[in-house]
Amino acid sequence: MSALLGRLDWSYLPSDPVTIGAAIGMPLALLFIVAAVTYYKKWKYLWKEWIITTDAKKIGVMYGIVAIVMLLRGGADALMLRAATALGGPGGTQLFDTDTFQQVFTAHGTIMIFFVGMGLMFALFNIAVPLMIGARDVAFPFLNSMSFWLFFAGMILVNAALIFGGFSNGGWLGYPPLTELQYNPGPGVDYWIWSLQIAGIGSLLSGVNFFATIIKCRAKGMNLMKMPIFVWSVLVTTVLIMISFPMLTASLGMLSLDRLAGMHFFTSDGGGNPMMYINLIWAWGHPEVYILVMPAFGIFSEVVATFAKKRLFGYKTMVIALIAIMFLSFVVWQHHFFTMGAGANVNAFFGIMTMVIAIPTGVKLFNWIFTMYKGRIDFKAPMVWFMCFALTFTIGGVTGVLMSIPAIDFQVHNSMFLVAHFHNVIIGGVLFGYIAGLTYWFPKIFGFRLHDGLGRWSSYFWVVGFMLAFLPLYALGLMGAVRRLDHYDDPAWIPFFVVSAVGVIVIGIGVALFVLQIVYSVWKRKTLKDTTGDPWDGRTLEWSVPSPAPHYNFAIDPVVSRIDEWWYQKQDGLQAPRAEDYKDIAVTKNTPLGFMIGMAAFVLGGALIWHIWWLAIISFIAIVLFAIARTMDDFTEHTIAAKDVMRMDMEARS
Amino acid sequence: MNDVELKRDKVQLGFWLYIMTDCMLFASLFATYMILRGATNGGPGGDELFSLTFVLVETVILLTSSYLCGIANLALRHGKRKEFFATFGLTIALGIAFLAMELTEFSHLISEGHGPATSAFLSAFFTLVGLHGAHIAVGILWALVLAWALYRQGSNEDLQRKFGLFSIYWHFLDVVWIFIFTIVFALGVA
Repeated sequence: MSALLGRLDWSYLPSDPVTIGAAIGMPLALLFIVAAVTYYKKWKYLWKEWIITTDAKKIGVMYGIVAIVMLLRGGADALMLRAATALGGPGGTQLFDTDTFQQVFTAHGTIMIFFVGMGLMFALFNIAVPLMIGARDVAFPFLNSMSFWLFFAGMILVNAALIFGGFSNGGWLGYPPLTELQYNPGPGVDYWIWSLQIAGIGSLLSGVNFFATIIKCRAKGMNLMKMPIFVWSVLVTTVLIMISFPMLTASLGMLSLDRLAGMHFFTSDGGGNPMMYINLIWAWGHPEVYILVMPAFGIFSEVVATFAKKRLFGYKTMVIALIAIMFLSFVVWQHHFFTMGAGANVNAFFGIMTMVIAIPTGVKLFNWIFTMYKGRIDFKAPMVWFMCFALTFTIGGVTGVLMSIPAIDFQVHNSMFLVAHFHNVIIGGVLFGYIAGLTYWFPKIFGFRLHDGLGRWSSYFWVVGFMLAFLPLYALGLMGAVRRLDHYDDPAWIPFFVVSAVGVIVIGIGVALFVLQIVYSVWKRKTLKDTTGDPWDGRTLEWSVPSPAPHYNFAIDPVVSRIDEWWYQKQDGLQAPRAEDYKDIAVTKNTPLGFMIGMAAFVLGGALIWHIWWLAIISFIAIVLFAIARTMDDFTEHTIAAKDVMRMDMEARS
Repeated sequence: MNDVELKRDKVQLGFWLYIMTDCMLFASLFATYMILRGATNGGPGGDELFSLTFVLVETVILLTSSYLCGIANLALRHGKRKEFFATFGLTIALGIAFLAMELTEFSHLISEGHGPATSAFLSAFFTLVGLHGAHIAVGILWALVLAWALYRQGSNEDLQRKFGLFSIYWHFLDVVWIFIFTIVFALGVA
């Protein structure tokens, strides 16, 4: 331990070939990006247009880019895991050592949930919500920028672990006492704690922000029951975020106090109670999976109505179902550890509550099917993603209900069956939903569509790969294979693991096609250009503005009188805007303070991981000072004159 | 509703939402404390460590501070500069006094060998009460920044709005303290 560098020294650099490769590759990629930005003289552009921006759409795009890059990282982890299990049978070879295997599955889970799932979710919130409710921006644009940079700081910490010191080996939820100092003295668990803590606070603030946005910034006439269902799904999601994320902050906080200050919350000695942590983290963790999936439900509600050219079936039941799921998601957490020994009555309660969730979820699925019934369905890529979702998510839902029965859960607890189940709902529900959403709203932000054929092919590979990769895991789970296992003695398991590994490769082709779709569409952006602003013949307000949407969103404040306002306006015949309709618009100024707070939080996290106390104090003070500087700044907005708005709007529409 | 009113409205709602999330944070720690309060690891429990009279003095100080904060809020709105600074100054001073007493209590416990690392019960105690103390410290810093701004700029609508938010925060900490007083100290001694 040195006062200057804490416990950081050369011995923490990676020593095994797999991580050395990654540890060399990542800085090289970073260096390449820096060189490219410098060569094309884009630093100023990057700073002024992106880093300091408070425009929700641009923040959404940055969330999206980070999330897609992280999808590649998490996907590479998945490939490594399945390669290891395919070769890890009797007479096979061990691809890398068990500790590395543990770090890889921890990183895979952490990255996929926090930086891919949450990242894509906030990308779509930022892109779609203000436009759909007829708002200029979110309620608190500065807070939004700060949330993104906190998310970004957490993302760097997760990836920095690859180079300095290694990541946690405690699984994506870091169960103590394994993650306590006694069993895990190195910096790995601290990386996990602080990256999640920082990104989690960003998510919490975003939850507050979008709730306030939906409550306070809706267009005139849009009461709650006239909002698009996606906005409803975001509203209930933000309620879940606001209630559950403080519990994550508290549980991670207590775990870090155990590790930093020698406390005894969850240790196996000193009176600590590890099961308390597991209760707390799942009281957050179960709502968290609904936080991820409910916006996906919202997206599909928009997609299905748009591409079936019909009003959504059962709007009110959709809203009731969302609210029901919101409440139920807080009374099921204990089903993650029926084996704790809480007793038959407690287990029965949580088991029944879990089964009950299937009812509102089933209502939603039938609503989508009835929306399609007798519709003129246009099978564009987002709609194909919906079909893939309906298939896979239903399987995942059914296996979930199966496991909600405590007696069965005792058999499959912590087995590959569980792994198959939650990938079934997270990939089949969340990921398919978000990719559909990205494809659907892409033209609104960039002004050109994504290539449809490549998108559809990507979904075919995804869904086939998914079935190959995860259906064998159900069988393996029933045969007794536990999760997080890198080698085994039963030769009968080998074929299943090999098929699963092949499935991951097929999914990899799907991911490659998705990336190719973006690259090809950028290349062919002239032919894919969206000239109307309404490429799908949409129903909601975001399609009433030109593509790409101007940074003030709406040149004229929209007025709403019914659900699917834009669709009926088109039916009634649109009127050209008059000059007196244009008003001055106040826009929030850009500010670097969000970025600076995010970077200071990154330094604070790094300092706490490596026990560099002086740096931790300095960066903490810096955060406080930046926050005070923001509250003292009284001139945070600038005005665009009505005549300029009119000129820009005419140009965009011509 | 004009732009200024809309902005005030949004910030007001946003701040209440933040307060709700803070409630959840404290709720998690209260739950943990309730689970762990018997886990004394063979050491002393709350009945041997807590002095109810000392905590009662702390409570009175904090409640008075909160009351004066309300008076200061009224004085500010009615443009009574002198009364405002007198009551707000006392609000801050009592806040500092509360924090000083809490730190004294903490250092006393630690020097007696009952630090947060001795048992799960004491970990939970120090963290729950300490988190409240940290909130008080943030509040004092916020109050000083506000007082400085009000001293320099004089009263205006924007600063009155900000003061209103501070006042919500300060009262909220009072409510949390009532729960700490009841659940940690009163129940701990009983």
